Amino acid sequence: MQWRDEGTILSVRPHGETSAIVEVFTAGHGRHLGVVRGGASRRQAAVLQPGSRVAMDWRARLDEHIGAAVIEPLASRAGVLSDRMALLGLNAVCSILSFSLPEREPHPALFAMTEPLFDAFGAAQEGWPLAYLRWELGVLEELGYGLDLTSCAATGTREDLAYVSPRSGRAVSQAGAGDWAARLLPLPACLLGQGPATPDELRQGLVLTGYFLEHHLAPDLGTRPLPEARARLVAALERLAPPAG
Amino acid sequence: MARATDEIEDLIALMARLPGLGPRSARRAVLHLIRKRGALMAPLAATMAHVAETARECARCGNIAAGDICDICANPARTGTEICVVEDVADLWAMERGQAFKGRYHVLGGTLSALDAIGPEDLGIPKLLERIASEGVSEVILALNATVDGQTTAHYIADALEGRGVTVTSLAQGVPIGGELDYLDDGTIQAALRARKRF
Repeated sequence: MQWRDEGTILSVRPHGETSAIVEVFTAGHGRHLGVVRGGASRRQAAVLQPGSRVAMDWRARLDEHIGAAVIEPLASRAGVLSDRMALLGLNAVCSILSFSLPEREPHPALFAMTEPLFDAFGAAQEGWPLAYLRWELGVLEELGYGLDLTSCAATGTREDLAYVSPRSGRAVSQAGAGDWAARLLPLPACLLGQGPATPDELRQGLVLTGYFLEHHLAPDLGTRPLPEARARLVAALERLAPPAG
Repeated sequence: MARATDEIEDLIALMARLPGLGPRSARRAVLHLIRKRGALMAPLAATMAHVAETARECARCGNIAAGDICDICANPARTGTEICVVEDVADLWAMERGQAFKGRYHVLGGTLSALDAIGPEDLGIPKLLERIASEGVSEVILALNATVDGQTTAHYIADALEGRGVTVTSLAQGVPIGGELDYLDDGTIQAALRARKRF
């Protein structure tokens, strides 16, 4: 078995004294692991960092083997190391992908959403928090927990959508919510494509996606809690812009 | 291959667990020790037994010490107002080899890791904050690795120290002594360019 693909490193673990097990989110082979001989060397250290865009040559005698990987750098994205928020974002993305994606299952749509986000972290671009929020929605969608934000679950209207049902993941309008509003999750306008996100909208959006990641996705994946890296990112975003009032 | 006695085989097996040694090199090392029993093996065994008895973690900084407090923390000539934060004892020793830093250290014992679920409480971060409050520290130098985990930890500590009245600095990143630009990775060149200074 042998293939070559491109992707981004999610994690690197030492394997013995000289090698490393590298986990890469690839375009055509999904989340894939491989043993990199000499991966613990100083020469490889700069390449084998989470967030690095790489080409991965993988080969194994049998498909079920972990296999040997040869990694070549395509882009380092090392700019992220000097940007505190981008670093938190990178950690959150890598750990959520590592946590939620099954091994060796291609997710081309999610890959296409994730690469620009990694690039934004690496270039320390502004405005990535909204892209990150939409990426979390994309993760839910890709893994079968997508939210339906097109129309109200109660009235069918497409106007005035203001909440999401924590059970069904469907949008609910202000009128349709009625007395149930307190039990529903607020739906920020930025997720309906209505203008840029304010800090409060970002916060509401992360509460919304966090709820579905934590209460719908995570329980189906076993007993592990959501990665701590996401909570650190959310806390840091809140510190940047504390809740109004 | 002829088998040595059980005790020697046990010794070879133990040596083979050391970093840098495998079964064959451990066998060679043990054979060398046996040949130099008086000159090497006996003093080595005595020293190892002594170190095993006395070595412990410094109660203040996390360095390896022969008593409760390590030599660096006990040395009055060291500046108490500067603390250099390192990931582990090997990094502390590397800094000491440079002989450029005359302050004290704080060994974290690892870095924050999103995937391994290592949080601030698992490291020596709360203890560092206590030291800063109690020892009159004015500068904290973050000497952590230029890796994603190392820099995540550095930013976390810098955040935790905000508003505590200390200057937080970090080691520079860039071209190493003897380094040739052609052989440097993109990230190092980017970091070096960002940290350029007037010549």
